[in-house]
Amino acid sequence: MTKRSETPDSATAARRAWMGLLARAPEGELMALWEKVAGRPAFDWLRPPETGGVMVRGRTGGTGSAFNLGEMTVTRCALALRDGTVGHGYVQGRSRAKAEAAALIDAMMQTEAADDLRRTVLEPLERHMAEARSTRAAKAAATKVDFFTMVRGEDT
Amino acid sequence: MYVAVKGGERAIENAHAWLAEERRGDPGVAELSLGQIREQLSLAVNRVMAEGSLYDPDLAALAIKQARGDLIEAIFLIRAYRTTLPRFGATEPLDTGEMACDRRISATFKDAPGGQVLGPTFDYTHRLLDFKLAAEGGEPNAPQAEPREAPMPHITGFLQGEGLIQQEADSGAAPRDLTREPLEFPADRPLRLQSLTRGDEGFILGMAYSTQRGYARNHAFVGELRIGTCAVEMEIPELGFAIEIGEVELTECETVNQFTGSKTEPPQFTRGYGLVFGQSERKSIAMALVDRALRWKELGEDDTGAPAQDEEFVLSHSDNIQATGFLEHIKLPHYVDFQSELELVRKLRREAQVSHREAAE
Repeated sequence: MTKRSETPDSATAARRAWMGLLARAPEGELMALWEKVAGRPAFDWLRPPETGGVMVRGRTGGTGSAFNLGEMTVTRCALALRDGTVGHGYVQGRSRAKAEAAALIDAMMQTEAADDLRRTVLEPLERHMAEARSTRAAKAAATKVDFFTMVRGEDT
Repeated sequence: MYVAVKGGERAIENAHAWLAEERRGDPGVAELSLGQIREQLSLAVNRVMAEGSLYDPDLAALAIKQARGDLIEAIFLIRAYRTTLPRFGATEPLDTGEMACDRRISATFKDAPGGQVLGPTFDYTHRLLDFKLAAEGGEPNAPQAEPREAPMPHITGFLQGEGLIQQEADSGAAPRDLTREPLEFPADRPLRLQSLTRGDEGFILGMAYSTQRGYARNHAFVGELRIGTCAVEMEIPELGFAIEIGEVELTECETVNQFTGSKTEPPQFTRGYGLVFGQSERKSIAMALVDRALRWKELGEDDTGAPAQDEEFVLSHSDNIQATGFLEHIKLPHYVDFQSELELVRKLRREAQVSHREAAE
């Protein structure tokens, strides 16, 4: 079994955060933001996009031994900018275009383009996804059973 | 045995062409898009992902369209596709305690922290056909309330605090994978859970129901049922750290079952566990009941001879693709087999007639 890496330094933590965001991002939203980015750098493939399966694991009883739940599709690729910066894309699903965008963004986030990219792609993406998540949570909250109201009603 | 039969090529081609036409149905009716299937038949999509053992809603929607809505045929298509994928690795085990819950209910604790959150459920509907749905149009709007930010604690965690429920031990071992090695018995619990989660919903449901009706009864309460999304994390070797590679929707069921104790364990509650891709409530409850029934040996309970306690019986018959393959192969040409049976029956009849005549003479 793989082990969680040691407490990552802040650069690794930041990279983990944007890679995770790109992996989970809805393709349409990511591509719409990415297409507006000017000055996309040239690159060479280290590994062109390929789609494969990853075995998703759960735990017996939620907290016990690992077991194999089933696979999910993942597309990955790796590329190098002309200055040698390496970018990796690991995204859910089968979109090569999304994997390529993720890898290029990963590489560019390690260059001077980072601040611009964070403002034009990552932050809007994060905002949209947080909003969608919050809306779902709000709908769930509206279906919470309020037993306490009934008890209070009997008291008066 | 089968023999190669030649000469059917054109018939087969034409049959497939007609299949395509029938799949399309009346051309005067708009064609289904994959988006429509994914969004509006999402529970069918979930079942195909769970039993096809591959989480990819778009592919499942395509399979359902291609299979004309025959879900087992769609599962077959997904299983076949799955085998063509290179395996990139395995994820860290999911942390379902961090699930963003759409639904979370407990039949055992009314006032559980986080509360009873019903989510988009069929429960409490009247099961009357809604003819408003037959007319098109209208965009339903769900009410919203202040969202909960913190993750929902697992209900069994409270029992665990008091030591009232058996601890789930983590062996730390890499689980066996029945998609990589043939299923062998005895199967340990991780292997059984893999088999159950991809097993046929109807079969698992029937097995679970049999335990409720008294065949290896184990007095299950639904301690918790939760539906929602979990992030999936995987260690990336070339990076040297783990990243989130996506998120999946899951249904998790933990049953709380009586256990009178054994030589080594005090009386306490034990768990049955169900975890299934997508919103698959019936399946995950059924899985938890069957999981608990199959644990009789490790818990030192009696073997009552019930089918749900027999892991070889349950696991060997739960896969609807294996079952379909073996069941349906008998419709394929068995001309030579049958010819020899025919000869045999004719010979026996002749012999019987002769001896009958001789006896009469």
